[in-house]
Amino acid sequence: MNGIHDMGGMQCMGPVVREVDEPVFHEAWERRVFGVMLSLMGGAQFSVDSFRYAIERMRPAEYLETSYYEHWLHAVETLLRERGMIDGETDVILPVDQTKAMAAKVLPARLDVPVTAGFKPGDAVVTRNIQPLGHTRLPRYVRGKRGTVMIDHGVFLFPDTYAVDGDPKPQHVYSVQFSGPELWGEGADPKSSIRIDMFEDYLLKA
Amino acid sequence: MAHNHRHNAPLSDTELRVRALESILVEKGLVNPAVIDGLVETYERKVGPRNGARVVARAWADPAYRQRLLADGTAAIAEIGFEGAQGENMLVVENTPAVHNLVVCTLCSCYPWPTLGLPPVWYKSAPYRSRAVSDPRGLLRDDFGLDIPDNVEIRVWDSNAELRYLVLPQRPAGTEDLSEEALADLVTRDAMIGTAVVAPPATRG
Repeated sequence: MNGIHDMGGMQCMGPVVREVDEPVFHEAWERRVFGVMLSLMGGAQFSVDSFRYAIERMRPAEYLETSYYEHWLHAVETLLRERGMIDGETDVILPVDQTKAMAAKVLPARLDVPVTAGFKPGDAVVTRNIQPLGHTRLPRYVRGKRGTVMIDHGVFLFPDTYAVDGDPKPQHVYSVQFSGPELWGEGADPKSSIRIDMFEDYLLKA
Repeated sequence: MAHNHRHNAPLSDTELRVRALESILVEKGLVNPAVIDGLVETYERKVGPRNGARVVARAWADPAYRQRLLADGTAAIAEIGFEGAQGENMLVVENTPAVHNLVVCTLCSCYPWPTLGLPPVWYKSAPYRSRAVSDPRGLLRDDFGLDIPDNVEIRVWDSNAELRYLVLPQRPAGTEDLSEEALADLVTRDAMIGTAVVAPPATRG
């Protein structure tokens, strides 16, 4: 989804505000939300991918106006409601039928299954220019761009499918390097580069 | 609970939602308050950037460890005893005179918990996530007071998959005689994200 959470390259979001001697949690309720979420994930009630997607499905204005642990609270409530585990109406922009995701086993991200790698370090690649209306880890700013495979990280489950219907679709993940000017065009810092982890499904041969 | 209210409502409202949620989940046997207490205690007191600082200091003090750390970050970090959630697939990236590394998660808040703890608010904020990829040099200069010379490459790692990144900062001059413990005391959280460098001991305030 080309959602508000996909922030790479947005401008005029204001300065970074850093808090001196920042506490781990700012409010008592944040501790409870943190522990509830970790307990549910540890108990295999849902995957981190479904959880991230639930945050992405917040209304955009609400996403911007609320704090990090309010995002967590919203996502936990959403998933539990969509799974019929607590009562109440969901408040999301894209409802998800959780039937398949609930039936799926919660897996670790890295999978020990043999999958042929389509690329190797040194390969020139171009990212697919796609607009998935769902969960994706392909940010807008790298779509349709030319880069170079630097590292093959091995085989991982594919969040784009796993978050929604529980299909792990195992595939290789590569660290791909893009130059600043390739991503940001004229005037970009020529001595800047981005390394981003790209799933096999995001890449084409250049 | 009706769900058409604004989420930036006063704290009491959020607090009520959280209490309701926890008590329903306790009733259903899905969470245990004592387990939650334990998780909070762990991340408030035991896990934090002091862990990462020990990894960095070991790498500075022991060239063989540095090699192992760069070759297999997850295993080398586990040697010192740090592993677990959000540290399962670690990649340690080394700053050099030619390359300065910076870590961000543009899509959410991915961060290496076992070595750095939970991320600060600014790391999860829109200003950092948006600008770190498109103007890293300007961001470091304007918002972190860190001038990276134009001839040094800034390499930004966007943690969009399940790899987690830890920056191995450059060891400052004048630290040749320091113990590993004293070296660890120099290393800051921000230096392991890449928004700072490690200052030599004499210039520390």
